[in-house]
Amino acid sequence: MQIAVVDYGMGNLRSVVKAIEHVAPSDAHVVLTDAPEVILNSEKVVFPGQGAAAQCMAKLEERQLPEALREAARTRPFLGICMGMQVLLDRSEENDGVDLLGWFPGQVKRFEPGDAHLKVPQMGWNQLHQAHEHPLFDGIRQDARFYFVHSYYCEPTDPSQSVATATYGQTYCAALADDFVFAIQAHPEKSADDGLTLLANFTRWSGPRS
Amino acid sequence: MGLAKRIIPCLDVAEGRVVKGVQFEGLRDAGDPVEAARRYNQAGADELTFLDISASHEGRETMLHVVEAVAAEVFIPLTVGGGIRTLADVRRLLHAGADKVSINTAAVHHPERIKEMSDAVGSQCIVVAIDARRVSAEDEPPRWEIFTHGGRNPTGLDAIRWARHMADLGAGELLVTSMDRDGMQQGFDLELTRAISDVVPIPVIASGGVGNLEHLAEGILDGHADAVLAASIFHFGTHSISEAKAVMARAGIEVRD
Repeated sequence: MQIAVVDYGMGNLRSVVKAIEHVAPSDAHVVLTDAPEVILNSEKVVFPGQGAAAQCMAKLEERQLPEALREAARTRPFLGICMGMQVLLDRSEENDGVDLLGWFPGQVKRFEPGDAHLKVPQMGWNQLHQAHEHPLFDGIRQDARFYFVHSYYCEPTDPSQSVATATYGQTYCAALADDFVFAIQAHPEKSADDGLTLLANFTRWSGPRS
Repeated sequence: MGLAKRIIPCLDVAEGRVVKGVQFEGLRDAGDPVEAARRYNQAGADELTFLDISASHEGRETMLHVVEAVAAEVFIPLTVGGGIRTLADVRRLLHAGADKVSINTAAVHHPERIKEMSDAVGSQCIVVAIDARRVSAEDEPPRWEIFTHGGRNPTGLDAIRWARHMADLGAGELLVTSMDRDGMQQGFDLELTRAISDVVPIPVIASGGVGNLEHLAEGILDGHADAVLAASIFHFGTHSISEAKAVMARAGIEVRD
């Protein structure tokens, strides 16, 4: 089984690769790639990312990745992480407004906590509240803590696509899912045992039951 | 319920070895940073910080291998500080597997590099370390100045204004150390921590002076810190991370179990 980790120049992916290698079945082979054909040749796709939305979209387009990613996400398990979740929505407030990939209807907004003690970025361990069942949550207890680092959050139009929430001044969508796509705002690769469990579940997930 | 306050053990590393060693029951090699990191992860540390105090170029190269080895098996956030001067240094450490780097002296000498670094790799990776000493007289309103070189060299920079400036330039987090309190085990300089935390929009880590577990809770409650960093109280086996979290939880602070 080949697992592609999409490397489009947005941040350090070593931890993501190492964490997946740590939990994947022994026949799994993790490749770091920005090549559309390698992505489409893989059984599973991990789409990480950190940094700014505009730069992220520019780098995806530079590498002609949006179409291949869309195709991959329609036909095989696809895991978005952090910025790799946010860019799946329609549009972000970041960088004076950026059009995103638009797979999930909705907006990405900046945290504006009224409470001065709530710092932006949110940085640290927050609770992932599972709003719906999902195979990637198997073995992870309700409200387990995951490591988050972000200044913007996703607001999907269709609340049924929000499979987990977190609370930081307000309750917001912390994970999105639809058929073959699961996307999470937290960093499972930095979330100790619960994060590794989620990644292990992903490497064993074959997508929606038909 | 929401975001937990973080406890961050800090390990000093020289030439690839943990300085002074870390005391854990059954630890095979007290100087091995990878084993120490693994044990702290198992003990419930929320993040780890490695401070590279190597004197040599070879020592810093060794640190890269230490970071690679830790990042390959310890899956919690890792910050590396010590001797990081340029964007190239930052990229090397992040590439090796660090999640954040902590910039100290270079920020004082070349503040514009904080902007360069955060633009290039993202604010969330850039921690600015602020070492400050109280310079006001007893009967004056408190004032702190930035010092470099382990608290020896004054810079003339006001610590509060400096903290705000660093946040404006793109720092994602501030590590605030009282050089008056460092190593004294009498608690953080809470006034300093609070004065900075209340004027910057980014998270603040309190450091310098922890002697008991109540000091950690004070750093959060009275210092308004988002995280607390400590070295010796954990390394010498005096207290465990879970004891620290229990004390913080009893004080009403949200912690990760």
